[in-house]
Amino acid sequence: MRTRLYPLEDLEDIPGTKVFTAKRSRQAYHLHKFCMSLMKAENREAFKKDERAYLDRFRMTEDQKQAVLDRDFNQLIELGGNIYFLVKLSNTDGWSTQRAVSSMTGMTPDQYAAMMREGGRSPTGQRSKRDRN
Amino acid sequence: MARITAGIGTSHVPAIGAAIDLGRTQDPDWKPIFDGYEWVKDWIKDNTPDVIILCYNDHASAMMLDIVPTFALGFAEEFEPADEGWGKRQVPTVYNHIELAGHIAEQLVIDEFDLTIMNDIDVDHGCTVPLSLVFGQPEEWPCKVIPLIVNVTQFPTPSANRCWQLGEAIRDAVRSFPQDLDVQIWGTGGMSHQLQGPRAGLINPEFDNAFLDRLGNEPDDLRTITRLEFLRESGSEGIELIMWLIMRAAMGYNVEELYRFYRVPASNTAVGHIVYKTPE
Repeated sequence: MRTRLYPLEDLEDIPGTKVFTAKRSRQAYHLHKFCMSLMKAENREAFKKDERAYLDRFRMTEDQKQAVLDRDFNQLIELGGNIYFLVKLSNTDGWSTQRAVSSMTGMTPDQYAAMMREGGRSPTGQRSKRDRN
Repeated sequence: MARITAGIGTSHVPAIGAAIDLGRTQDPDWKPIFDGYEWVKDWIKDNTPDVIILCYNDHASAMMLDIVPTFALGFAEEFEPADEGWGKRQVPTVYNHIELAGHIAEQLVIDEFDLTIMNDIDVDHGCTVPLSLVFGQPEEWPCKVIPLIVNVTQFPTPSANRCWQLGEAIRDAVRSFPQDLDVQIWGTGGMSHQLQGPRAGLINPEFDNAFLDRLGNEPDDLRTITRLEFLRESGSEGIELIMWLIMRAAMGYNVEELYRFYRVPASNTAVGHIVYKTPE
């Protein structure tokens, strides 16, 4: 057997973090295809005009479509999504990346912006679920 | 003979590009960031290279959906700014140095790096924000740019050590190019940040500053940082720092640190910036 520096399960040990793997990428392929379609102005217009109809052009799951309609970024990541794709959606909405990211933290955008101005979230207690450090 | 004369490390936060494009660089939140780049903007006037090899990651703009290359080299004549969902940045087209890019592509594969060649891509903020930070808002970018794109999005990314080895191979490739060219290599991305989930907003100044401290003279210590350690310590997007190791390795053993800057935050991210030159 080849040596490994750590078991891959350890990637699941980081609090509040989903590591974006090939498997998750596949799970979110059609969601991400939708996100990347928003890189064209005419598609953004079509989406804004009728979000549901636009989403129905893609082979996304119903859960993924609902999470897009809800702008529920935590749920979108739970369903395989990756933030670099998902910001195409928040950019289309005219949101800053900071606002999109803050929506996943349970804070208001202002509370989150204040936390960042004060130096951000400390890694203390956020490194490992197992070791609680 | 072509030679690498300087290396630049910098974050490439998209909101920095927006602040420049919307004329907000003197707003209270942004001014301290842009003040940190005044030194390099002045320095580059007398130190503009012929070519920049610009290491960055594509943020699901030109790849990562249908194709996920670990290391990709831009090989078009020119690259337009990508539309990332709010229209293209109004910045100049990026022009490639095809002869050097072709030479590097050949040499790297011969040196057993299984590079992907991208013949038609747009470049996103990962490439254009560093250019804006260093060159400001010119009509045209003042030199050629070879985009070197690294997967830091889908796990597993290349390891820190693999990035180091790639940098060493780039150094050899540049030195074996017969034309007399002044080449810079830029490593972009980082520093600590996390853009997802309840842990978003993570910033680790101790980790970032230790990275900056060691990068110049003790870079071997950084080659053994595991992906897991980057994720734990610098956030799920902080792993972009592996691209700084490509830059550092491409510069050879000795470097002189000319300038360093670190500031929290720009949007969600710790901003780091460093300038090295190679000894004469």
